[in-house]
Amino acid sequence: MSSIAKTNVINLTEEEFVHPGNRACTGCGLSILYRIGMKALGRDCIFVVPPSCLTVLQGLYPISATQMPVLNCTFASTAAVATGVRAAMKRRGKKTQVVAWAGDGGTADIGIQALSGALERNEDIIYICYDNEAYMNTGVQRSGTTPRRGLTTTTPYSGKKENSKNVPEIVAAHNPAYIATCSASYPLDFHDKLLKAKEISGLKYIHIQTPCPPGWGIEEHKTVAIGRMAVESGLFDLYEIENGKKQLTGQSSKQLKKKSLRPVGDYINLQTRYNAYDEEHVIALQAMIDRKWEKYRKEFSQE
Amino acid sequence: MNNSFIESGNVAAALAVKLASAEVIAAYPITPQTPVTEKLSEMITLGEMDAEYIAVESEHSALGVCIGAASAGARSFTATSSNGLLYMSEQLHWAAGARLPMVMCVVNRGVGAPWSVWNDHQDAISQRDAGWIQVFAKDHQEIVDMTIKAFRLAELVHIPVMVNYDGYYLSHTYMPFELPKAEDVKAFLPDYEYKHTLNPERPESLNTVTLPDARVDINGVKRPGYMEVRKNLHDEMRLAMVVWEEIDADYHKSFGRGGNPICDPYCCDDAEFILVAMGSLANQFHDVVDQLREEGYKVGVLALQMYRPFPTSHIAKILQPAKSVLVFEKGLSYGNQGALYADLKSALYPYPARPTLHNFITGLGGREIRTENLYQSVKDTCLNEETLKPEHIDTPQWIGLQL
Repeated sequence: MSSIAKTNVINLTEEEFVHPGNRACTGCGLSILYRIGMKALGRDCIFVVPPSCLTVLQGLYPISATQMPVLNCTFASTAAVATGVRAAMKRRGKKTQVVAWAGDGGTADIGIQALSGALERNEDIIYICYDNEAYMNTGVQRSGTTPRRGLTTTTPYSGKKENSKNVPEIVAAHNPAYIATCSASYPLDFHDKLLKAKEISGLKYIHIQTPCPPGWGIEEHKTVAIGRMAVESGLFDLYEIENGKKQLTGQSSKQLKKKSLRPVGDYINLQTRYNAYDEEHVIALQAMIDRKWEKYRKEFSQE
Repeated sequence: MNNSFIESGNVAAALAVKLASAEVIAAYPITPQTPVTEKLSEMITLGEMDAEYIAVESEHSALGVCIGAASAGARSFTATSSNGLLYMSEQLHWAAGARLPMVMCVVNRGVGAPWSVWNDHQDAISQRDAGWIQVFAKDHQEIVDMTIKAFRLAELVHIPVMVNYDGYYLSHTYMPFELPKAEDVKAFLPDYEYKHTLNPERPESLNTVTLPDARVDINGVKRPGYMEVRKNLHDEMRLAMVVWEEIDADYHKSFGRGGNPICDPYCCDDAEFILVAMGSLANQFHDVVDQLREEGYKVGVLALQMYRPFPTSHIAKILQPAKSVLVFEKGLSYGNQGALYADLKSALYPYPARPTLHNFITGLGGREIRTENLYQSVKDTCLNEETLKPEHIDTPQWIGLQL
């Protein structure tokens, strides 16, 4: 984050790119990201969006919540369609930023083939995955990024039996130009990572943990708080990978100096989707986080 | 420069795409389409053709790239065959619903399982309801001419066009053909301008969720619901037949080739028995017709070049006076009959005096279609027409079975 001046609420652009009122649920993490993300991206952008909560948020014909050009595409083809839009812009000699914006289903599951293809070709696009850790738009079914033991309508009672996919690591195996993780609870961090991504050519991948009150079973006013707990507990980490080098950023970077982080139980116990967790599971998860951060403290220089 | 070539059908298609100045090409190789992708990438790499070639990881993405590029105003092209076309199926519907003017060559091949890399028409026939215009070429020259005309049709009616030609019979055989001059094609096919192109200076949301009912916008104007959008596609697809004829007339004026772009009759004027077929099979029937005419049978063949939209009245006009119509198809609607046969029957149904129809299934998965077998099937029908029972007439007859 060194090359870009940090944005704060004072110098954040006042211009709005989303019309007041949209179809997102109360407390939607995505609507924070969408509003703030557009302020970083600016007007010279085209969005490519597969079926997801964003499809609904953007409005139903003939009414639109967004002021930006949007191409809705089929579920599995987001990165390919964005490739085509970028190719057309190249033909017209336009620098217009093409932004693919998909959920975890559209990215980690049904859309992963097209994403892998675009990564391998190193298409000059920004690919944003807002990961709310289940298929929220269809009413909370498990996805590849749903955490182990997470309750969804297709993993009822005892929760998901499998581990989640680490999508940024899958993306990293393709060696793209830029990877960043973000959280909807740190929107200005997302804003500044987008500013940085705009200046890099090749494929830029941004993965955002996005709290979802109805899907996670939290109160609507807890969206920001819960996302911060995920980061403060060291469960979800903010980082960048540039030229193959991983570096913790923002709040996660600050935590390197701390001897102990916030207990992950604070995060787990606030969400009904973790009702299948018992104390033993929380202890195991805490131990996993502790080991990870032990490694981080050795791996990353404390700047 | 001599514009006569002797080349494969696949190279003919690639050269036509170059002449049409396609700007974005995305394709995934599949037999027997592969040489189209190879020729296009070769021409682009050598700088002989100015276009973006995107080597995608699947057919689904190939059409995805074309959807993105066409939505942003670039002339787009892809090509595929068989299972590749079926893998695109969702995207076919999307491109048509989004009214994107793109062209795709489908090098027709049987569909698995079991695997077959050889020719029949099941791939294209199975996608007939996707909302694409489907035309079938009979020979190499038609591949060239149809492909160039297809871009103009797609861009005038805003409906994607599928140019079909037979795998191997046309794709891999070498035949002479003429190529029009590049500057003449530029005059015939002006640069593509689409008013709903993705443009940050005039932002629009494309393919947004559309409700069952028509709904007013913020200016109080009632806008279509899903059903009106779909009705519009159907109506304009029907009109595309007229536009296709106009384009063909213009092409004829510019390049001296054309006429009968929808269905092409051979010896049909006084024919009592008319054979109907699509693609190279229609040309193969010329020998059968010539032979039977010599023997005194009043036989003709109607080559159907435009399958969707289905040219109901064109066909009815030609077929209705005949005594009998024999429909030969390289595909079928499993559990019923040949799809073309069923379409023809329905086209003729409103006429009180209508011919009897016979359905023949032939050449599936590349099974050799022997002209003598075709001749015998036609002759048997001509001889036995009076004695056949209706239920026998309406049952597809399989030609060339070996067991």
